[in-house]
Amino acid sequence: MSVKLSISVLAIAAVSATTAAARDNVQIAGSSTVLPYASIVAEAFGENTEFPTPVVESGGSSAGLKRFCEGVGENTIDIANASRAIRENEIKACADAGVTDIIEVRIGYDGIVFASQTNGPAFTAFEPTDWFNAIGERVLVDGAIVDNPHTQWADVNAALPAVEIAAFIPGTKHGTREVFEEKVLLKGCEDSGALQAMLDSGMSEDDAEHACMSVRTDGRSVDIDGDYTETLARIDSNANGVGVFGLAFYENNTDKLKVATMSGVAPTTDTIASGEYPVSRPLFFYIKKAHIGVIPGLKEFAGFFVADELAGPSGPLAQYGLVSDPELATTQKMIADEQTIGQNM
Amino acid sequence: MTDASMPTATGTPERKVKSLTEIDARTAKRNAAEKRFKLYGMAAVVTGLLFLVMLVTAILTNGLPAFKRAVVEVEFTLTQDQFDAAESKLLKTAEYNTLFITALSETLRERGIDREFDAAAVDRLLGSVGGTIRAFYRENPDQIDQPVAFELAASSRVDRYLKGTFGRDDVTEEGNRFFINADFDLVDDMRDAGLIRSAFNWVFLTGVDTGVDNPGGAGIGASVLGSFLMMFVVLILALPIGVAASIYLEEFAPKNRFTDLIEVNISNLAAVPSIVFGILGLAVFIQFMHLPQSAPLVGGLVLTLMTLPTIIISTRASLKAVPPSIRGAALGIGASKMQTVFHHVLPLAMPGILTGTIIGLAQALGETAPLLLIGMVGFVARYPDSFVGGLEGPNSAMPAQIYNWAARSDAVFTEKAWGGIIVLLVFLLAMNLVAILLRRKFERRW
Repeated sequence: MSVKLSISVLAIAAVSATTAAARDNVQIAGSSTVLPYASIVAEAFGENTEFPTPVVESGGSSAGLKRFCEGVGENTIDIANASRAIRENEIKACADAGVTDIIEVRIGYDGIVFASQTNGPAFTAFEPTDWFNAIGERVLVDGAIVDNPHTQWADVNAALPAVEIAAFIPGTKHGTREVFEEKVLLKGCEDSGALQAMLDSGMSEDDAEHACMSVRTDGRSVDIDGDYTETLARIDSNANGVGVFGLAFYENNTDKLKVATMSGVAPTTDTIASGEYPVSRPLFFYIKKAHIGVIPGLKEFAGFFVADELAGPSGPLAQYGLVSDPELATTQKMIADEQTIGQNM
Repeated sequence: MTDASMPTATGTPERKVKSLTEIDARTAKRNAAEKRFKLYGMAAVVTGLLFLVMLVTAILTNGLPAFKRAVVEVEFTLTQDQFDAAESKLLKTAEYNTLFITALSETLRERGIDREFDAAAVDRLLGSVGGTIRAFYRENPDQIDQPVAFELAASSRVDRYLKGTFGRDDVTEEGNRFFINADFDLVDDMRDAGLIRSAFNWVFLTGVDTGVDNPGGAGIGASVLGSFLMMFVVLILALPIGVAASIYLEEFAPKNRFTDLIEVNISNLAAVPSIVFGILGLAVFIQFMHLPQSAPLVGGLVLTLMTLPTIIISTRASLKAVPPSIRGAALGIGASKMQTVFHHVLPLAMPGILTGTIIGLAQALGETAPLLLIGMVGFVARYPDSFVGGLEGPNSAMPAQIYNWAARSDAVFTEKAWGGIIVLLVFLLAMNLVAILLRRKFERRW
């Protein structure tokens, strides 16, 4: 027993001894939309520099930023990936925890596409109003705001197939959801006249917008909290299902999915870069300035990420499906100057 | 028998006397019930087996292709000038990629493949090979200016085409930037010329995780190592602590309310969902004790907490199974209590303890949920440089790696996830086999 006890004491001593060791790799967490790009860059960074390959975790934009704002120090992450811009309250939460200087890096744009089974019903063209009327919680019918009565896509637009509505949309922890709400649901709410009707009924603008972005809860619209693979699996098993995907994911699965146009524009890197395709959003990552110089390779990694060779129009990120940012040079300079949020803005 | 001796408890009029060999209605009913029960039991077993067969078939059909991969086999010479030029670039691997594509295009023309193709087409057929080439020349600088026969990963679509899971029907007329219809003809030509073939995928067993654009290079090797480092931590912590705790509780502790409370709590602890241990690990080991994130050390500590109750319960059970007569005999000839335990009881209980420990380890090996919270589920792509470095540096674990691959968009990663399941199951089966063998060899019955 004494031998065994001393072994365990030794083990515990070894455990506590390691706390002094410095972390030598960049630690990243956040958006599952940015994760593929971050993993491409991380692998290339490990292969092309003397620094170790960074560790990239997933978990969603909000979860990533929450961890980012836990504080400064080696046991916190250095970079948070996000598929939306950081919010005011998150900047405040960060500041409260001592994370004051944050560098915002925009890496490019991602398109959000609406896709269904290749052999499924002919979902070929959507308008934002179709989506709002199909999955909004309260919609405008015959001049009155009522609980969503629609059961089939043909009910909301006669041009759509007459099949049951089964929509698979990103869950609320995904940054994609926010873009979907703003650029599809809210837009559809406005276009269909529901927003005006709500305002006329005496709702405040905030309440009306909130109501526009509420999704019906009767099971016809399903929140997917996992990754796009989960959405794909749902669509695989439901011929009538329509799902929300990132452009790169769709392009990697064209043998299983067919994409629909939105407002008459087909999603491609070109239409997204030109802004023609309406549902796209910028992708970001956020760097803790306090960690630059402490964690080896942090600044180099950020610079490497947005270098023309990687994030440029012919780099591996664009090759995978990221829409390159035309203002990449500004971002590169920002990183070189370590310009934080709030400076020169 | 007389009529008077017949039981008339039910108050029914006397029953007709029958021979014992003649089956009356009630017996027939009872027999039928038994027969039905046997059938239910058999149906349950068959259903269970059916599920098992389905599961194993699914795993094998989906996972076995991961052990093969399409490789492009070609001789390639890198000049010193090219090496220097590539090394001066920021994205060096892309330079090597381009150089290799040029060389491969030339080889194709030399081999008389008279089909129109451009560098972009060759690029679509290749996986990202730059990293492998750069690593090779950095390790073997003497090979520069020499012809080297490379065996490099083909692109994921070529891989799937050779495996028959991707075909001409899956590409639209105009194709996309990953693959166009004309590429199939080029692949066919290259296969006929012996430039592309299917080979055993060693990289899958030895490699590390790769970025999403390089499914051909991804391997489970580093996460196997990560899992083993975790199991090492679990073993050196959970076994001594668990055995010491159970010996004390079973042999020395007084039986009172306090020890009863401990006992109940240990049993409860065994039923706590594993994610709870993950949250605990995050709060205590990372945020409070400032241990590194994503490290097998922390993973091992968390899994130790999870495995402890299993080990304690099985150890106590095997201590209990040692007959009191052994203890009595030892005490009777003058052994102290401690001598009794360590010289007689513990050796006899050892097979049971080891079996319990191995089962506990196997359970911990397959655990993913607690690792989610301590940062071990993510893109971790490197081998540790030393043992201690492996414990405290970032690493993944097998189940975490499988989970990661399953979430990626390229179908080859999904295939690798299934392949990873096979590797994990092989380890689990091996561990359970060891447990069974130990029990068979050393078990004693009284």
